[in-house]
Amino acid sequence: MSVAERETVDLATTPLRELNQRLHDLAGDAHGPRRWRITNPNGTHAVACGLDAELEVEIDGHVGYYCAGMNKTAIVRVHGNAGPGVAENMMSGRVEIDGDASQYAGATAHGGLLVVHGNTSSRCGISMKGVDICVRGDIGHLSAFMAQTGRLLVCGDAGEALGDSMYEARIYVRGEVAGLGADCIEKEMRPKHLADVAELIEQAGFDGVRPEEFRRYGSARQLYTFKIDNAGAY
Amino acid sequence: MCGIVGLFAKSPEIERDLGRHVAAMLGQMSDRGPDSAGVAIYREPVAAGFSKLVLQHPDLAHDWESLAADLGRMFGGEPSLERRGNHAVLVVAAEAAETEPFVRAHHPEVRVMSAGSVIEIYKETGRPEAFIEQFALAELSGTHALGHTRMATESKVTTEGSHPFSTGLDLCLVHNGSLSNHGPLRRLLQRRGIEFQSLNDTEVAAGYLTWRMREGADLRTAMEGCLEDLDGFYTFAVGSAEGFAVLRDPIACKPAVMAENDDWVAMASEYRAIAVLPGASTARSWEPSPATVYAWERERVA
Repeated sequence: MSVAERETVDLATTPLRELNQRLHDLAGDAHGPRRWRITNPNGTHAVACGLDAELEVEIDGHVGYYCAGMNKTAIVRVHGNAGPGVAENMMSGRVEIDGDASQYAGATAHGGLLVVHGNTSSRCGISMKGVDICVRGDIGHLSAFMAQTGRLLVCGDAGEALGDSMYEARIYVRGEVAGLGADCIEKEMRPKHLADVAELIEQAGFDGVRPEEFRRYGSARQLYTFKIDNAGAY
Repeated sequence: MCGIVGLFAKSPEIERDLGRHVAAMLGQMSDRGPDSAGVAIYREPVAAGFSKLVLQHPDLAHDWESLAADLGRMFGGEPSLERRGNHAVLVVAAEAAETEPFVRAHHPEVRVMSAGSVIEIYKETGRPEAFIEQFALAELSGTHALGHTRMATESKVTTEGSHPFSTGLDLCLVHNGSLSNHGPLRRLLQRRGIEFQSLNDTEVAAGYLTWRMREGADLRTAMEGCLEDLDGFYTFAVGSAEGFAVLRDPIACKPAVMAENDDWVAMASEYRAIAVLPGASTARSWEPSPATVYAWERERVA
């Protein structure tokens, strides 16, 4: 597919709201353009946020806060770095970052796939609720804090307090873990977990990593919220 | 919120246009801090035995000439005087260690914004765009600069609550964040002879750095001391005659991004402030790690 087939929007000359409105208007519109290219993002906030259609959006350059937030169905690829909150509360679809992502990448996301080819900083996957997050590099401290469900795959290292107070999410890390958060423990890699990791590697399209190189982390289920005696308190 | 920016020139072209570049960066951070703005720009070092003072008076028509004449009578020579907005830059024929205390003691009607041999601090309340205009920031050349746009949370919107804060001769601090132990720390520093002009939390961090360096710590050690002694959120940028340094607290929820190419080193709260620099899209950029001091100094630059 050539560049010429894509609807191109230059954020140096087009207001962000106009771009996002055009993308939002495609929800329920089967005839509008499906392939988009966005140029000159220059760190703008909320680029391609709130999409709800089968679109393929490529962004040439670095984006600011909340890129592809609340994404549904669409495929968004950033050829650059992403600021804080990329794919925050994503519901479905695929968001892919060629460079690094800043804080709380994929926070509270319910579904879909977030792929980061570089590193993320702190709080990656905080309160994740079903999303799959695959990071080729390292992740920062307090990642997967209170993670509820979903899978976080990290090919590099993880920072301090990984998986603090987490629930049922699964974390796979290939490198070093600087420290586990409260109630997070290492768990055995059984065949189904190896299959899990193989599937994530395949989905993300990562080369040079093998499932058996990963270790699994999850909840020990020892915190107050896991005690049946406390159920009546809610 | 608040926005901070820093730019360190590695080429003569960037030095020549430093003010213009920093103005563009500051403009991008306007909506992070719409109530006040300021810069510390390092430029035109004075000769040995001289000092450069930047003073402020709220009245644009303030009689700076008679203050300059008073400094001339006290320290000899004819101090040079340049007005910039409601600030004045004076170059006086004596060391800053003498001239700054003299102004504080004999001219309490003016505020000392900065003192040293190379630093110039300008800051004022109001929209950053207006500040950039009033102080004709774009026309200044220099070797490096820090800038700040303020959204006040911990103290009043006043000139003395604006950033950068002077932390000693040729030193300054800008801050994005909020400190929670500034009350007890202010009282501790006051007992050790550090004076404060406002109830601002960042001024306490500035006073802390001043105190640590007065006690013999170098800049890096003093900054690392912040990790032990300051409680709260911060991304700090500290300027010195040689360069600047950046430090984020261990939790690091206040944003920061850095970038470097052959012509400059830049830091900012957000990438969009860096995107305005020439060659930004191909510069190496990264997010500084928590609890780590990043420093650039002129001696290290070829």
